[in-house]
Amino acid sequence: MSDTTYTGVLDLAAGAFLLVAVLIVWRRDLRATVRLLAWQGAALAVLPFSEGVLRHEAAPIVVGLAILVLRGGVLPVLLGRAVSTEPRERRESAPLVNTTASLLVVAALTVLAYAVTRPIIALSPTPTTRAVPAAFAVILIAVFVLVSRRRALSQAVGFLMLDNGITATAFLIAAGVPLIVELGASLDILFAVIVLGLLAGHMQHTFGGTDLDQLRELRD
Amino acid sequence: MTALLLVPILAPLLAAVVTAVLGWRRGAAVVTVGAALSVLVVGVVLVALVGTGGGSGAAGSGARYAVGHLLRADALSVTMLIVIGTVGSLATWASIGYIDAELAHGHTDPQGARLYGVLLPLFLAAMSLAVLATSIGVVWVAIEATTVATAFLVAHRRTRAALEATWKYVIICSVGIALALLGTVLLHFVSLHAGAATGNTLDIDVLLAHASRLDPAVTRLAAGLLLLGYGAKAGLVPFHTWLADAHSQAPAPVSALMSGVLLSVAMSALLRVKSVVDLALGTGFLRAGLLTVGLLTLAVSAALLFVQTDVKRMLAYSSMENMGLIAVAAAGGTRLAIAALLLHVLAHGIGKTLVFLAAGQVQAAHGSTAIADVTGVLGRSRLVGGAFLVGLAVLLGLPPFAMFASELSISRALADAHLAWALGVALVLVATAFAALVRNGSRMLLGPATPGSPAISVPWTVGAALVTGIALSLALGLTAGPLADLFQTAATQLGASR
Repeated sequence: MSDTTYTGVLDLAAGAFLLVAVLIVWRRDLRATVRLLAWQGAALAVLPFSEGVLRHEAAPIVVGLAILVLRGGVLPVLLGRAVSTEPRERRESAPLVNTTASLLVVAALTVLAYAVTRPIIALSPTPTTRAVPAAFAVILIAVFVLVSRRRALSQAVGFLMLDNGITATAFLIAAGVPLIVELGASLDILFAVIVLGLLAGHMQHTFGGTDLDQLRELRD
Repeated sequence: MTALLLVPILAPLLAAVVTAVLGWRRGAAVVTVGAALSVLVVGVVLVALVGTGGGSGAAGSGARYAVGHLLRADALSVTMLIVIGTVGSLATWASIGYIDAELAHGHTDPQGARLYGVLLPLFLAAMSLAVLATSIGVVWVAIEATTVATAFLVAHRRTRAALEATWKYVIICSVGIALALLGTVLLHFVSLHAGAATGNTLDIDVLLAHASRLDPAVTRLAAGLLLLGYGAKAGLVPFHTWLADAHSQAPAPVSALMSGVLLSVAMSALLRVKSVVDLALGTGFLRAGLLTVGLLTLAVSAALLFVQTDVKRMLAYSSMENMGLIAVAAAGGTRLAIAALLLHVLAHGIGKTLVFLAAGQVQAAHGSTAIADVTGVLGRSRLVGGAFLVGLAVLLGLPPFAMFASELSISRALADAHLAWALGVALVLVATAFAALVRNGSRMLLGPATPGSPAISVPWTVGAALVTGIALSLALGLTAGPLADLFQTAATQLGASR
């Protein structure tokens, strides 16, 4: 793969990565958002994979495949199994911000991402680093999803998206963090998603639903 | 050295395996107490190895390594190991009586007890790793692992309120700490650009050695994210909302560990980050950040303490108040301030354990944690009332207990660092919290009991933990002994000025 093709593939993957985040904000069906999350994981896997192909190195290719399995497969499947069979539970009911306003917020957050990442690009103006605003935009959009959704599992989707954004940032600015940190962080996230899935199950059983508006017992 | 540094991580892991195999048995519980004690013993042994020559020596010197360069012990790690070991031993000891009573009253089943017995030592192992890891990336991994390990400890009772608290806890802490991961990634990036080798960019010594060459603009972004992220786990504003929910719903020994140790472990990670950022950006940047979140945390906790009607939530906000004060002390940043802060952490850990364990027995008797339901505890049970009283006196900073000395030293350090205004604001807020704690505490402890109040029973393991805690609080108040040297060394190694 030549450098130009590599840059092209990279920009395409980063673009797809951001686009999926926008689609997740747009869709309200929980199973559809979980499927989209799997596509985002696949786009993320392209980043280390294409770098490995360009440099003829095995390690990034292995990391890319591991990411594909974990974030494109295992984690979305775990979340998908936690989505209730009950139709009422499958949809995000009346979000706090309506779809049109949400998409406008997403646009504003993307612009903000460009402003925030200027010092990073200034330090290392390579083609890969130039794609980092896309990853930061996904991080900001994920935080927006976390605060504006009312189903427990939508928050779990937001959390995973946040993590995808951070991993993408790591690959774009520094070809990934040291391996032991990458492994440990992936393991933590896997366990966190398992815990969230189990909790959502317990909550559905105890509360008869996962609408976060029901979480009102504890406050001051 | 390798064997010594591996013990605090492997001994609790072994205890978890033993409990997983045997279930909730007396034998397994004793192994867990032994594992927690071994953390304390390793801490004490290490004092002699790294804690000598307080006040002299350059930053970063005196650290011991193990398992290649994966583990590292300096005076700060040793201080934190002692805190983890002390509170861990008391909490695991009291857990025996606590879980036996839960089983007897049908609040949990053998499976629930087994899960508790497995997760508690895993939690201890994760905290030990968090204070011993050389790489701040691994520190992050360990601190996020504590969130995962404690989730089902908080949810132990499986009630509506417990599940609600757990969900909020896991989501808010995971998202908060994810910001710290982003900050860590950015530090990795600037460290690479400052010439660090790819594999060890995040090792604390490498970061300190390259600190002057780190890009200031990106380092500022990283430092801000790390402050917010680890601040979330330390109960600092703006991600503090999980704290009162989780601490009030968790079983008493777990609350003691989360409040007395976990918050300060997150704070110790912040102190490590601060030593790097101060070298890269000067002390001004994080001082402003720590002062802002510290004073805001003090203000929020003082206000909520005043209107509090639940005893465990009251104790949770008192933890927040102390973390706010510790953040302000860290902003002061002088050697005196850091040494005083570490004494404060240890004294707070033991004092908080006393009040949480005592409150746990009161809760077991009343089936409620409302302050209004509880009266005349001192007259009804000398041991529980006495432990609550001593713990409260520790937290209020009354002499002869150690927080009197630490709060005085923090005040002096802040005045010396030309932060008299911050000291003034902090003192007003601490005084507000003091008044609220005295009012609620005296209402519950002193005076006659309401007729028909249930008897407060104390299993002997809980009683033993309470008596030991009282003795330790008194001992620490009378003299910090060789620990004073250790705290000084830690402050010097963290690069504190003067």
